[in-house]
Amino acid sequence: MVHEGAHHPSLQHQFDSLEQQKESSTLGMWLFLVTEIMFFGGLFLAYVVYRHAYSHVFAAASHHLNVILGGINTAVLICSSLTMALAIWSAQVNRRKLIVVFLIATMLLGMTFLGIKAFEYWDKYESHLIPGPNFSPAALHLHGADGQTAQIFYSLYFIMTGLHALHMIIGLGVLAALIRPSWKGRYDASYHNPLECTGLYWHFVDIVWIFLFPLLYLLGAHAR
Amino acid sequence: MAHHPDPKRSLMIYFAVFGALLVGTLATVLVAEVDLGVMNDVVALGIAVTKALLVILFFMHVRYSTRLTALTALAGFFWLALLILFTLSDYLAMGKILPVPGK
Repeated sequence: MVHEGAHHPSLQHQFDSLEQQKESSTLGMWLFLVTEIMFFGGLFLAYVVYRHAYSHVFAAASHHLNVILGGINTAVLICSSLTMALAIWSAQVNRRKLIVVFLIATMLLGMTFLGIKAFEYWDKYESHLIPGPNFSPAALHLHGADGQTAQIFYSLYFIMTGLHALHMIIGLGVLAALIRPSWKGRYDASYHNPLECTGLYWHFVDIVWIFLFPLLYLLGAHAR
Repeated sequence: MAHHPDPKRSLMIYFAVFGALLVGTLATVLVAEVDLGVMNDVVALGIAVTKALLVILFFMHVRYSTRLTALTALAGFFWLALLILFTLSDYLAMGKILPVPGK
């Protein structure tokens, strides 16, 4: 809603000031992120309970995850969080082209993460580690009931990393939608709420991975 | 509520946090190779919580947000801690105080 006169073009009519508008969007985004904490939290709880019940099977099943690829992906996501923060920084110093550069860099890093993840999924498919009728624990050196219990670990692995990857894909879509308005100069030091909220989402997805990486990839590393 | 630092300083903070996150990642990989028993989990989660705090405070600007926003963020993680701790207190104590029914 654009008003004539003194109003900033991005100030919507229900808000008194840009500052109040920013505070509202930040708080609203955090409330959404709280529901996301609960959403992922249930899965983390399932992991904790099953890990407690079958700790040696979880450690053996975790051996087959590639720590190098998981570690590289962690670094890629941290780099993407930096470029996301720098995109918002660029808006704060009124550099509209730099916003676009950092948004594209964030997207490229996000796609790199998903590419490496896809390669890892393909490797699990080749090793018959997708839970279901074709699951085979041969690659894990587990036998009998333990071999079947390993399906619980891989079910959690695919659900948790899959949901995380889905969040990344949604994030890539939102980042892509921000490129055009950024290029046209919609965001500057006085108004960049969409960039700020997208940044909050992107960093949250990074935090989920910061916990997934040690819990899934590293728990049996010392027994190798 | 602290005010946003000036652009040059916030750029330095971003790169410092970035460096600390990479060092934390390397540390968590290296320490996982050493057998510390139960302490492996404690150290891994300690590093992960530290990294998450750095992201929340500086990349997500909670350090410079209003108290209401900071409290909202805190409430989310506090709920997660309640969920996991209360459930674990049940699972860890099962059969130790009273016998598990049906077993």
